[in-house]
Amino acid sequence: MHVPDGFLDAPTSVATGVVAAVGIGVALRKARHELDDRTAPLAGLVAAFVFATQMLNFPVAGGTSGHLMGGAIAAVLVGPWTGVLVTSVVFAVQALLFADGGITALGTNIVLMGLTTVAVGWLVFRGLQAVLPKTLGWVPVAAGVAAFVSVPVASLVFVGLYAVGGTADIPLGTLTGAMVGVHLLIGLGEGVITFLAVGSILAVRPDLVRGAWPVLAARTLEVRPAKATATGTPA
Amino acid sequence: MGGAHGHRLHFHGHSPVHRAPAHLKVVALVVYMLGVVALPLSWWPALVAAALLLAGVVASSRVPPTYLLKRMVVETPVVVSAVLLPLVAHGPRTELLGVEVSESGLHAGAKLLVSATLGVLASLTLAATTEAQDLLRGLTRLRVPSLLVQIMGFMVRYLEVVTDDLRRMKVARESRGFSARDPRQWPVLARSAGALFIRSFERGERVHLAMLSRGYTGTLPPGRAE
Repeated sequence: MHVPDGFLDAPTSVATGVVAAVGIGVALRKARHELDDRTAPLAGLVAAFVFATQMLNFPVAGGTSGHLMGGAIAAVLVGPWTGVLVTSVVFAVQALLFADGGITALGTNIVLMGLTTVAVGWLVFRGLQAVLPKTLGWVPVAAGVAAFVSVPVASLVFVGLYAVGGTADIPLGTLTGAMVGVHLLIGLGEGVITFLAVGSILAVRPDLVRGAWPVLAARTLEVRPAKATATGTPA
Repeated sequence: MGGAHGHRLHFHGHSPVHRAPAHLKVVALVVYMLGVVALPLSWWPALVAAALLLAGVVASSRVPPTYLLKRMVVETPVVVSAVLLPLVAHGPRTELLGVEVSESGLHAGAKLLVSATLGVLASLTLAATTEAQDLLRGLTRLRVPSLLVQIMGFMVRYLEVVTDDLRRMKVARESRGFSARDPRQWPVLARSAGALFIRSFERGERVHLAMLSRGYTGTLPPGRAE
């Protein structure tokens, strides 16, 4: 759920807005590296994709369902800097054209579900990639775990923001327990869906998964001499 | 996809609010909402004045109030948390309708309800009276980096194409007897998401090539004035 207007006080909202602006500013410089002059059209289409997947409902049980938040998967698919731009643009468009998420909470939403999930997702993904075997089969696993971790971490950041700028007297222990507990479950769904989706993309266009590039680059052309078999001549 | 056409929340009209420059509307929305969020509940006359001001803007926009009210359902989860706050918060207790609730939670919940309601209504009014293209031009005038505005422009322009893609996939799945009931169906849905990503990315590549062949050098010419 998006943070609405009035959940955090005005100074905290302004502060997160500044943090979000700085993060986007850095990402704007670095993203040109990831996508060169294709940045605008490609990032725009990926943003439309993230927006659309948030409309794809995954049934859980008893009529409830959830959807992908998409920060970690965006980082794995298009790289962290483009991922930051894409998620930020999604939240901005949702706030300005769809009245979803408060305009004063836009910075908070970008910090929580854009910067945090993308950064945590990417770092965990890279960390796992360093220790896991460098084969394509492990890429979706690393992506899934990264997505799983990114969600409760974002909820922790929210608890931190609430401790600074919250208005109700909720004991931090209770709030932390409730938020992290719920978001561990949500993260589980995010992780499984990310694992499955990245796996399906890798099966078709592995070159589109930026996180898989090191693995793809390490692959060498394998020449298998045709075995002279008893079944006859090769076609 | 040449001309500007209304996005989903847009309500066509020619009122003063529709005609007001988009950059002023965005600044007004941000300033107004920062004011509302900063005002404590004890200053309720100011909050009432803010609500009346918004009502005045809505009235002069000539967007039917029912049009906006129907779309305020996006606020539902906020209302739930606003109701929960007095029940879960601690501190001095007070009584409300025979239930003992936390005083600070009650204040926070009421504040949240007021700010979020005004926020959703104000944002809906902006969305209902502003074309996407005008909004993008407004953001450019507000010195939002051009790359960011371009990304936003492409997102808005292709949003319906991509969500239509998703809808067609849903029709295709369901016409083959698929129905999503529980997590066992996740692999199919996740493959849809994967396919949607590949289609969107490849569309982005085609769009980029088409733009290059029309002389794109990294910046877009300013849009035609409508």
